[in-house]
Order: sequence, then structure tokens, then C-alpha cells
Amino acid sequence: MTLGIRSYGAYVPRTRLPLALIGGRPAKDGGPEKAVAWNDEDAVTMAVTAGVHCLAGLDRAQVDAVYFASTTYAFREKQAAALVARALDLPRQVRTADFAGSLRAGTTALRAAFDAVTAGSARNVLVLASDARMAAPGSPLEANFGDGAAAFLVSDSDAIATLDAQHAVADEIVDVWRSEGDPFVHSWEDRFVVQEGYTPRITEAVEGLLAACGRTVGDFAKLALYAPDARSHATAARQLQASAEQLVPPLFGRLGNTGTAFAPMQLVLALEGALPGDRILVASYGDGAEALAFQATEAIEKLEPRRGVSWHLPRRRAAGSYDAYLKARSLNPREWETGGDPGLSATIHFRERDDDLSLRGQQCRACSAIQFPAQRVCETCFAKDDFESVRLSDRIGRLVTFTFDFFFPTPEPPTIVTVTEVDGARIHLQLVNCKPEDTKIGLPVEFVFRRIHQSGGRPNYFWKGSPVPSVTDPQEA
Amino acid sequence: MANPENIRDKVAIVGVGACKFGENWDQSPSDMIVDAAYEAYADAGIEKPQEQIDAVFTGTIYSQKGPHECSDALKLWKPVTLVSNYCATGTDAFRCGVMSIVAGLYDTVLVVGYDKPKDRGVSGPSVMLDGVRDLPKTPAGWFSLCAATYFEKYGASREDLAKIAIKNHHNGCLAPKSFLKREITVEDYFKARIISWPFGLYDSAAQTDGAAAAIITRADLARSYRDDPVLVKAVTVQAGPNPQKDPSNDFLSWKPTAQAAKDAYHMAGITDPRAEIGVAQVHDCFSLTELLTYEDLGFCEKGSAKDHIADGVFELSGELPVNTDGGLKTFGHPTGATGVRMIYENTLQLQGRAENRQVADPKLALSHNIGGHPTACGIAILGNA
Repeated sequence: MTLGIRSYGAYVPRTRLPLALIGGRPAKDGGPEKAVAWNDEDAVTMAVTAGVHCLAGLDRAQVDAVYFASTTYAFREKQAAALVARALDLPRQVRTADFAGSLRAGTTALRAAFDAVTAGSARNVLVLASDARMAAPGSPLEANFGDGAAAFLVSDSDAIATLDAQHAVADEIVDVWRSEGDPFVHSWEDRFVVQEGYTPRITEAVEGLLAACGRTVGDFAKLALYAPDARSHATAARQLQASAEQLVPPLFGRLGNTGTAFAPMQLVLALEGALPGDRILVASYGDGAEALAFQATEAIEKLEPRRGVSWHLPRRRAAGSYDAYLKARSLNPREWETGGDPGLSATIHFRERDDDLSLRGQQCRACSAIQFPAQRVCETCFAKDDFESVRLSDRIGRLVTFTFDFFFPTPEPPTIVTVTEVDGARIHLQLVNCKPEDTKIGLPVEFVFRRIHQSGGRPNYFWKGSPVPSVTDPQEA
Repeated sequence: MANPENIRDKVAIVGVGACKFGENWDQSPSDMIVDAAYEAYADAGIEKPQEQIDAVFTGTIYSQKGPHECSDALKLWKPVTLVSNYCATGTDAFRCGVMSIVAGLYDTVLVVGYDKPKDRGVSGPSVMLDGVRDLPKTPAGWFSLCAATYFEKYGASREDLAKIAIKNHHNGCLAPKSFLKREITVEDYFKARIISWPFGLYDSAAQTDGAAAAIITRADLARSYRDDPVLVKAVTVQAGPNPQKDPSNDFLSWKPTAQAAKDAYHMAGITDPRAEIGVAQVHDCFSLTELLTYEDLGFCEKGSAKDHIADGVFELSGELPVNTDGGLKTFGHPTGATGVRMIYENTLQLQGRAENRQVADPKLALSHNIGGHPTACGIAILGNA
């Protein structure tokens, strides 16, 4: 019964933008790239998927709080954590909170989770950090940013890693910011940002941490360091006298700077390779800096395999063009702007949240048939109002039929549209992470939470199918 | 005891009309309604519609103006009923008109189906979203869902669909009021862009504006209008489950068609549709829909359509000509108008007035409308008096 991180998960979008395409050059195999949330992905969908991986095999009913950290949630007023809790089909009484405003929010949420569990006010807190930041097309930041998410379950028992110490410093500096109403992140001169912001603060936080726990950098097997770019990462590592073996690879040129999720994803990478007794140092930056010291326990060897950063990174496909990327991020001029559109009825959205967000279907008590969505009269035996709600999102479906729709507006047509059966229920469902030539009747699929459209300028979420990953051939989408 | 077959031979068509179907930029819905209705009046010899028409049944899905749009266009201040049932709207308006006469409420009724999608500024269906989990509405995406399954099971392919598209383009060249009057080749078919696999441009009906009208009356009054009235043998509309969530759908046929066919054949007393029906207009919103309809209507065995297509059975000179006017493929699909337009063509065929697309001496003519995902089907069977 050890308190600490009990499980983890991560998500990296399947689509990668070769950085060459930004400059108008052809993409080269193995060239630098960044992970890009595609047109049906955002901070919420990535967090949900990371959360699904983190909770795999665990009882979701035991989760009593969800902390969601991001700087890129779509709403200024309206909580993400409540939406994520619904998509993960967590208990109604779950406590929810958003952490925002700083790239440090991911580790801040993690610390808050430890505080709650240590205080005994919660037993299992799901911490999610997710970002899909936008930089102006053509700006230096555009090539730097990448998208991703990390998830941790902080628990009062079964810890795979304990928290030994933490230290934080707050600071006021206008170095990197995004103003109200501005879709793009901006930066002051990079030399100023690094010399007066990042480097002194991150070293201050780490040194404070080391003092707090009476250790040296050399005691740590892994250093999971946030950095705004590869060069700053190297500078900070040098100042801390960290060796190359200790450093978790920052993945610039593969993943990109994932903002709020950066340090948490580094921590996931560190946990993936950790042995019992390994010490891990995590440091993040944003309006100050904070550092945390973990130590892996014996339990880490018994944790069922998780889908972490290493699992997702090789599962990739390159975006076909810079233009497709602009479309996927709604950065292209569009024929019809949706601003004046009131969007879908919020009342309908509310009524259907169990169907649409939790992907709950129903099982007829009279004939046992499972169906989707919830309906009053059984599709099979016509019994009325005699159903049990069942979660479908964690089951495996199979394709009944499909088509490749070129008419459907999407950055890279066609859209694969299917009828998918899951334990007897049929769902009209889009298929992602699959090529037309691999689309076959009977293909087994898992369900992934996605932003299905932006009617009314608001994100509307539903699930899509994604082929069940093959163990033997995981490398390409 | 319900007796739907009581409808047989109770009602006659005494006049039909249609406006020119197409991109009618310079016509309002009212203009098209007037063209269709006044042609039908003339066909029936009606000179004083305000006195001779007892009631109006009108069908449209795009109009937001309700039944008033039709009554105001025609200045018919009568009981007017607006019927809406997706793409089966035209047949359903006709059915409601027929039922009102069978019920003894009215002697003579005007049926008008119309729609004006080309006022919306988009080509093809608009991408509307009215549900949280809705995929944008692409009918090609709905109707193509039978392709993967059907092709796999029965070995059909786009080659077979091409023959349907080529046939309908040919027939449309012979119909004065069709929109597309252009023969196409196999090469044209395969060169065209894909809309939703396996449907390319030539598998898909165009979107057009149009209106069609029919005047129906009690069978015993019919000869006071024309010497060659056409009798309604059957008309039915059936609802089916949404195939996208129906747990038992096999995606080899569309259930509403099979259900409606059974009902209609019972009403009309038809036991061997292939032999008894002389001409048919079926809902070729997409080429595969027409192929499945051959089977779902019992014109041939399930899975065998490609052989009958290859034999030319459904061509103008074939054993059972289908879509003699070129169908939705060449008339386009002004939703509410389509079912009535089919009744217009079948009436002309039965009366021997179909000119160079005339089928030799048909005794019974069937029209078929399928609508929704598809979730509804209307069938009307007409015969000579």
C-alpha cells in the first residue's frame, strides 16, 4: 500500500508534419517532423485517449478526481475536466478541475493530485496534461510546437513510483504568451527568453529540489526536463551537469514541444524504462519552474504494459502536404465561416451525452440484445423501457460495411465511413488510422474519442473506430 | 379487418404534367408548380380547376412555406395537405391523394410534387449537421454502404454499375423534359471522379429543380375526363429500420423496398412481377440502388442482377425496361417531384404516348421511390383500364 503514481498513459497524434513541408521543400524519410493533432483531434481528445491507456485494466469506478491541464482547451468558460470525465465514463461524483494558463500546469496538476491523495481527500486522482498549441503559419514557433498528452493515476496504493520531494519557484516574465482571442502563441526574443527566463528558473527549481531531498543530480537515473527547444535543453543539462545517459530524449524533431504535456510526457518516457529503485527528476517551466523527484518501486515491474510515448511514437503517418496541415488546423481561408451559426442544440447535446460522449449503449433485459443509441423500444424484441446502460467505448467492434467518402469535407479525403458492430449494436462510424486498401469487412476496431465537427464554432465530440493495433506490425498507420 | 387491396381500381389518373427538370435558375417553385399543374389540367381537359379540383396533396422537403406555396401558386383555396417523407415524398403525396378518394372524401384531387434545391448555392446535397454525432449528410455515403458487402458476396463490380449509368443516360436523351441529354461511354464512366466509393459522378443522380403533377379521380368518373384513363392498382409506402443501426441489416438489399414490394404486389394481385410488369421507373439515386432494386422488387433473384443487366433485360428494348425516361440520373432529383415524375412517365407509357422511348404495350407499370438512409419506400403500380 504505497502512495504514488500507480499507472500512466500517453498519446501522440498519428499524423506527423515533416518540417521540410513548412519550408516548401519535399519531405525526406527520417527527416525532422512534429506530431500534429489532426482535424478531429484537440487537447481534449488526446487527453481522453491518454486517460484510456492509463486506466486500461483498472476499475474506472475507483477514480474520484480528474485534473486536466492544458493551455489550449476550446472554451474560456466551460470545464474540460467534466467533459473528459464523461468521455472516460467516470463516476458522477468525480471531482473535476482544470489547470491552465501556464505550461507548468501539467506538473502543477500532478502536485495537486499528490496533495489530495496525501491529505486523504482522494484515493485515485487521474491527472491529464494535453496541448495542441498553435503558432502563426510560417513563424519559428510553428516548426517547434508538437502535440501530445500524458496521463497519470495518482493513487494511495500500488504505486509504481513514489514522490520523494518537490520544489517550485514562481516568477513574473512576459516571455511566451497567448492573449485573449488570439489563436497563436507569441514569444519575445528567444535569447531573452532563455537567458532570463527558462535557464535560470529551471536550474533554480532543480537546485531547490536537490536541497530539499539532500541529493545530487548524479543520484538520478533519469532527468525529464522541459525545454523550449533542443539547444536550451542541452544548455540546462550542461548547467545541471547531467550526463547524456541520464537525459530523457527531448524529442525535438520527432514530437515537438508539447507545451503543458512536455514534462509529463518526459516523465512517462522515464517511467517506461525505469527499474525498481531508479530515481527520476522532472522539471517544468512557465511563469516560474517546478521540479519533482520520484523513485520507482518494485511494482513497476508488475504493471501491465501501457501505451505510453514509446508505443505511440513509431505509429505514424506523414501528412501529405502543408496545405492539408493548414486545413486540419483550420488555418486556411474557408468558404463559409461558422461564426454566425448557433450550432447544434445544446439541449440535444445535453440529452445525448451518455450516447455521444460516454459511448454508452443499452442492453435489453428481455432479449439481451445490445443496441446504440439509447432508445425506448427494443430494436429486436420491442420490449419497452427495459434496458441496462452498458459502456461500449472499451469494447472491440468489427466492420460490417464501409465506403470511402470523397464528398465529406476533410483535409485529406477520402473519409472512411463504416457501419461498425460491437456486441450486436450497430454504429455509423468513421474509421481513422487506416488506409482504404486495409479497410476490410470484419476488421476489428477499437474506439477512439474524436472531435467530430465544429458546428457553431464549438467542438462537438464523438467516437471513431481505429484498427486494433497488431502486435506484429505496429510501425505504420 | 384491414383490407389494403381495396384500393385497387378505385382511382384513375386522368391527367399528368411536368415542368422541364433542370437548373431552373429563372423559375421559382411557384413557376414550376404552375407549369406542371396546368399541363396536367390540359391533359385532363380541366378548364376550371377552381371548380373541378376538390383537394390538393403536395409534397416537398426543401420548402419552408408549407402547403400554402402550392395553393397560392395555383390559387386553389381548397383543402391542401403537405406530405413529407424524404425522397419518397412524391409517391407518398400521391398515395394520400388516392386514399382520400378511396375514402369517399373527394372526387377529383390534384397531386403536385416539387422541390427547388438549386436555390441554395451548393452543388449536391448541402453538408448539414443537425446532430452531435451526425456525419455530414452525404447520401452517396449512405447508399454506397451496400457496395462492399454486395460486391464481396456476389462478385458484382463497377463494370455492372457502368451499364446502368450508360442505359439511363441513353434513355434520358429521349425524354423531352430530362435535364441531362448526353450519351456516356464506359471510358467516361471510369474517368469520372469518385464521390463515395464505388460511386463516381456517373453513378450519382444530379440535383435539379422540378415539379410534376397528376390529376386523379374516382374510377367511375374517369371517362368524363379522358378515354384512356390509367387505373391505380396499388400504392403503398413502408417504413423500415435505419440501416445504419439496424442489427439485422445484411447490406445486400434495402429492406423498405422489399417490404413495400410485398405489400404493393398483394394490393395489385401480382404474383410474378417479372412477367406481369411491363415497365418500371425505379429510384436510381445511385446506380447500385437501381441494381439492388431489380432484386428487391423481385425482377430477378438476389445476387443475379449483373447477369440480367448483361443480357439487356432492363434496357428500352429489353424484357422489362427500367427508367425509360432516364430516371433520377438524367432528370435529377428534386426530391418531392421525383415520385410524381415517375407516375407521369408510367402514365404516358401505359397510354402509348412515350414517343421514341415507348415500350411495347405494357399492361402494368411500377414506380419506386426510396427515401432516407434509406428508411422509407413508396411503390405505385398503375395499369390500363
